[in-house]
This record gives sequence, structure tokens and C-alpha cells, in this order.
Amino acid sequence: MAGMETLNFAFDGGRALAPFAPALVGVVASGNLEVLVEPSADTGCRIDVDTSARGFGPVWEAVLRDFHERHGVAGLRVAIHDMGATPAVVSLRLDQAIAAIAGAAP
Amino acid sequence: MTHSFAEMSARERLAAVVDAGSFHEWLPPSERVTSPHLAQLGVPAAFDDGVAIGRAAVGGRTVFVAAQEGGFMGGGVGEVHGAKLVGLLRRALRDRPDAVLVLAESGGVRLHEANAGLIAVSEVMRALLDVRAAGIATVMLIGGANGCFGGMGIVARCADTVVMSDIARHAMSGPEVIESAHGAGEFDSRDRALVWRTTGGKHRWLCGDCDVLVDDDADAFRAAAITALDAHRPMTLEELQQESALLQARADADGDNADAFVLWSRLGVPDARAVPDLDADALRPRRPASVAALAHGGA
Repeated sequence: MAGMETLNFAFDGGRALAPFAPALVGVVASGNLEVLVEPSADTGCRIDVDTSARGFGPVWEAVLRDFHERHGVAGLRVAIHDMGATPAVVSLRLDQAIAAIAGAAP
Repeated sequence: MTHSFAEMSARERLAAVVDAGSFHEWLPPSERVTSPHLAQLGVPAAFDDGVAIGRAAVGGRTVFVAAQEGGFMGGGVGEVHGAKLVGLLRRALRDRPDAVLVLAESGGVRLHEANAGLIAVSEVMRALLDVRAAGIATVMLIGGANGCFGGMGIVARCADTVVMSDIARHAMSGPEVIESAHGAGEFDSRDRALVWRTTGGKHRWLCGDCDVLVDDDADAFRAAAITALDAHRPMTLEELQQESALLQARADADGDNADAFVLWSRLGVPDARAVPDLDADALRPRRPASVAALAHGGA
């Protein structure tokens, strides 16, 4: 895994989402990322990140915590493949993912 | 309003070409069938390895469809990516849909996966030819910003029908590859006008490599795909001889590796210099009769 960094986060609290089908948004391309959102039996929100940009753990923590505070969602698992997206792009993709599952029944 | 096919992601293109809501994906991202090679190189994988495959309806008819994502590794065909394409094609042999559509956007073999990718592409070619030989229409829709190059460029020409937009590109070696190997004097990859008139959709269509030329618009690609469902070409000896004649005529016209402008003139395109400024509708009447007679799709 040389060159890549794996980060794992878990946030507690928030409202459990209604059942939804997994959704994928974004693309693993330079300055971009893909976000896969799936339902989870856990009550919280787990977010796993694979990123090609090492050393940005605190920034990911801040961006993902902000995401969880804004949406307050639980019962989901988020997996991210990142190729150096900026924090703003990450936030937009996460919002897009929530919009995608809101609009799609299982 | 038009929706640029080139600007879309693979999944957006797929959704725009097939009947709304009809796509059923096989090995979806949640299955996490990803490349076993990229992590070893420290490169993030994609959940779908850069290609979505599945079953859908187009104009109410059942098709199998694949869409390559050019944003991920330039659409490069790795081991898993290639295996998904091969699996789709082999399943088509069993289930016999009306057609197999490939929304191609690829630089060819994914170099990170070297031999595995090369083998994968050759397997895709064989599987596609098997499907075509079985009488199932095979359709390549080429409209992504990354074009269709390398091994996928060859795969494209194995199909019954090749649809391209004017801003799409199709070739074997990409412009940068040629320049790296032979120098900017041979091919200047930064000369965009040169690149497009040598690899672009208009050139391919005028020469007969591309069967249907459309605007860079998702609805135009969908309409072309519906028409192509019935455009099956049995691969007969006569078909191959026609293809050979078309290539020979082009080689004769291009004996001195002339610029595309010169080649078009020799093939009989009127006012060849004006071609880059014409849209698809304006260009359509200018296809050389010799090419139209031999190429699939006619004038």
C-alpha cells in the first residue's frame, strides 16, 4: 500500500436512514473521488477513506465531521476512493451521495 | 437542449442511452470487484474497476451494455475491467440479447497491469467477434473526451457498427505516444487541429472506419444506438474483401503519408479544407461515394 493512505472514521448519533439501495457518485480521477454509500446495521456512520494524498488525516477528520453534523445521518457506511480531491470537492461529493440515496428506493 | 456526451461520466452516458430506469447492473460497485494490482502500486482502486456492465432496454428491446469511465486511469483496461467486458459478451452468447452496446472511452491497456491487461484486451476482441458471429448486433458508441485508443481502438473495429461524435477520437497509438516514439516533426500532439483531423470522428467517418457520425449529444447517441440494433453485418468472406478494398483504396490515396486534408481530397471529399468547420449535418453529404459504397452505414 506504499503511496496510499487508509483512514477510518466513525461518528455516533443522528437519525437512522430509511432503507436505501447503495449509491455511487464521483469518479476516481485526478482531483476527484468516488463515494459509495451503503446501508449498515450499525447505528452510527462509518467512513473509510483510501487516498493517494498522504498526511491529510486531520483535514479528512474535519471535513467528514462537518458532513456528519450537517446531515446527521446514521445507519450507513461510506467508502471513499480519493485521488487528491480538495476539501470542497469532498464535501460536494458527500452531499451528492446523500441526495442520490434520498432519490432512490431499494 | 443538448447534453454533451463527452462531458458525461460513464454512468451518466449509460443512463442517457438506455431506456429510463432499465439498467440492471452486474458486479455493481457494492460488490467491490476491484483491481488486485493497483493497491500494490499505491494507486486507489475504483469500486467498478472503471467499467459498468449490465442488462438494459433500448427502445424497448433488450441489450447488454458496458460503459467505460475515461476519468479512471484513462479508461485503461485492467484485468478485472477486461474480465467484466468478456463476461458480459460471453453471457450475451448464452442469453442472446438483441445487441451488445459498448460505450467506449479508453486509452487501451492499463499499463499498471501490463500483461494481465494485454491478455484481457485480446480476450475482449475474441469474445466480441464470437458475439458478432452469433448474429447478435455489436455496437460501439465512442464519444468520451479521452477517445478510444490502443487495444480498445482495435476492439471497436471488430464491431458491427461504430458510432462517433465529431469531437470523439479513435486510433491505435495516441498522439502523445506517436510523438514520444517519433518526435514532434512526425506528429505534434499539442497541435489540436492536427490531432482531430487525424483521429477525430469526421476523419474516421469520411474514411469509413466509423459508420455513423453524430453530434456530441446524448440523444443523438441514443437514436444512433436504436438504429444500430438492426444493423447486423454477418462477417462473411465478401464482407472482409470489401473491408480490404476500402483499406487498399485509402492506402493508395495516402501513399506518401499526406495530411488528412490531402487524403480527404484524394478520396473525393469536396472542399476538404472546410471540413473542420462543418457540423455533422453539413458534412454528411460530403462523404466520398467510394467510401459510402463500401462502408457500413452508407452515405
